[in-house]
Amino acid sequence: MKKDLLVPSRRSVLKGMGAGLAASAFPGYTWAQSAPIKLGFQLHRTGIGAAYGRWYERTAQAALKVVNDAGGIGGRPVEILFEDDATDPKRGAEVVEKLANDGCDLIFGPLFSHVVIGSAPRAGELKIPYLVCSEGYHVASGMLNRWTLQPGITDVRSQVSSMAPWVAANLGKKVTMVYPDYAFGYDHRDFFTEAIKAQGGEVIAQIAIPPTETTFTRYLPQIPAETEVLYHVMVGPAVLTFVKELGDFYGSGARPQIFGFIDSLEAVDTASPGLEFLEGTYFWEAMNRVKQDGQTEAETAYRAAVGVDDTGASVTDAADVSTYSHMFSVWETLHTIKAGMEAAGYQSTADRQKFVEALEAMTTMAEGPGNPQGDKVFNGKTHQVFGHQNISQVTGGKLLRVHRTSIEDGQYADAVDYTTMSF
Amino acid sequence: MSFGPFLLLAVMESLVTAATLALTAVGLSLVFGTMRVVNVAHGEFFMLGAVLAWFVTTSVGGPEWIGFVAALALAPLGVAAVAALADRLVLKRLNYEPEATIVATIGLLYILQQAALTFYGPEARPVEPPFNFRIQFPWFGYSGYKLFVIFAAIAVLLAVWWGLTRSKAGLIMRATQVDRDTARAFGINVDRVYAGVFALGAALAAIAAVLIVPIQQAHYLMGGEPLLLAFITVIVGGLGSLRGTVIAALVIGLSDGLIAFFYSPTLAKILATLLVALVLVFRPQGLFGAKA
Repeated sequence: MKKDLLVPSRRSVLKGMGAGLAASAFPGYTWAQSAPIKLGFQLHRTGIGAAYGRWYERTAQAALKVVNDAGGIGGRPVEILFEDDATDPKRGAEVVEKLANDGCDLIFGPLFSHVVIGSAPRAGELKIPYLVCSEGYHVASGMLNRWTLQPGITDVRSQVSSMAPWVAANLGKKVTMVYPDYAFGYDHRDFFTEAIKAQGGEVIAQIAIPPTETTFTRYLPQIPAETEVLYHVMVGPAVLTFVKELGDFYGSGARPQIFGFIDSLEAVDTASPGLEFLEGTYFWEAMNRVKQDGQTEAETAYRAAVGVDDTGASVTDAADVSTYSHMFSVWETLHTIKAGMEAAGYQSTADRQKFVEALEAMTTMAEGPGNPQGDKVFNGKTHQVFGHQNISQVTGGKLLRVHRTSIEDGQYADAVDYTTMSF
Repeated sequence: MSFGPFLLLAVMESLVTAATLALTAVGLSLVFGTMRVVNVAHGEFFMLGAVLAWFVTTSVGGPEWIGFVAALALAPLGVAAVAALADRLVLKRLNYEPEATIVATIGLLYILQQAALTFYGPEARPVEPPFNFRIQFPWFGYSGYKLFVIFAAIAVLLAVWWGLTRSKAGLIMRATQVDRDTARAFGINVDRVYAGVFALGAALAAIAAVLIVPIQQAHYLMGGEPLLLAFITVIVGGLGSLRGTVIAALVIGLSDGLIAFFYSPTLAKILATLLVALVLVFRPQGLFGAKA
């Protein structure tokens, strides 16, 4: 061996040269095989969406690990570039631009509807796929563009449409709505009002609250006394104040039935002092924060991967409550990205259009490791996914599921066909 | 809800706003009156007070009221120390030039805000009230703690008034306010007075924040609104006039609250800002300010 190295034979020299030639002849090919797929993540790390951002980042990291451990996308490793948009629409558009300039294959992850609406047009101009995890009806309404899709979470219109029959049948027909005064809140206002009407009910008062508001008592006397159901959905750093002041306002006196979207309590412990009045009230949940009987295998694996315990808090810090009803969308979107890229034979940014077309061709998503929230139906024309919703009741300080809707409950007629639009 | 109870709730809510606003605005007014410094970072001292209150209450165990009392004592001290340091390191070196200090305090605003973001994080965190007592009226319930806030703020304001008018420190402060050079000629250490006044102004904002943080949550962006309202109050009341500031805080707190109750919060802000514009046009020295 030693001798061979010092005085190589003609054969070994030729072999070595041949191998060297072969290696140098295909550098591009071998490089492309191992170069990672770069996904941009538009993150609400700071600003009013920070509680969501914290968990969206953790969920993205957990999903990334699962995808990479299973061989990446199309055999290529995946990396995610996180960029903070401060939950600010103007910064959002800049973040889209920056991630595109950094060579990201696509961008995903934003939640707050005003940020999505502010950022999506730039993604369309840059012709980069923009996969939002935002719930807003702005995707399916046709307001955005062909490059913007929402394959990870059901939109508000569908959510509230599927809630209305249960609310009307079990809680009451005269509803007062309290919602944030921007696009997301308007989706609730418009479509719940319409949906409850279809059930023979009526929204008797609509109370809009600016999303930057810090005190809420002043709005509460506007709730009419004849209200049978108080419907609340609130977002931002002051949600706990809102719920506490609601509790103070009703005190031990008579109160209507209370039905809330869990957004009003995302990242907040339902057993916080001052929230005792929530006992017996109802919440919409996309995914049950508290582990329910008969939790699926996929959800058990998901819960462990994202580091959430059986009560919905972080396994390392019980005070750090997750945004469980929203963050699954990041996990599911990343798995859909994988499926879409592999179906499109995605190689480089030149294949972005093929990727969007591959997503548009998707129809159903089966419940499983990639879709732990449940099975879904994707509408390629409206770029919107539809899934099951849950209604939970606060029982002993914990959210226990009392109803799960079918996917059909939340279906509505298409308002747009993005596939007929040009890229 | 009928008009009577509605008005009662509106007045109580407005008084809470007015009480904390008075504390914050008096701090701002004191700094301007004595030092002629327009402190744009005042809202961040408020925020810092809330954030420190969170740190103190979470590190002190035992019943909630112990943590709260500790926060009420320590958070304003901490904020005062930061303010005194800022005075020594920044404002003094600028020789208290009015234009330069405005720009410097804008810088300070961002430094404090970003420091809070870095060390405290972007989350809104709750601080438990010292007691959970609810007053149940026939028409609605009301947090007993909110009423406590009103009385606590009145007590602090009385203490400030007493300190300024009856104590030797107050006398020195007023002397410096009237004529800085003559005060110095009489052997008053003006630098120390300035550092003390800046610290006191910040501490008042911090006390307001400690009082309010069990109602709202501590958040790194919470300094914006108190700053805006405090400026409105101080301009209406007359820069440097404590009596004017307190009266203006009451008027603005009550009108803001009542208009927000009966019409809309946006309209309340519009009218308050309009009031500022009218005051600036027709009575630039403020309702109670002396002519410059």
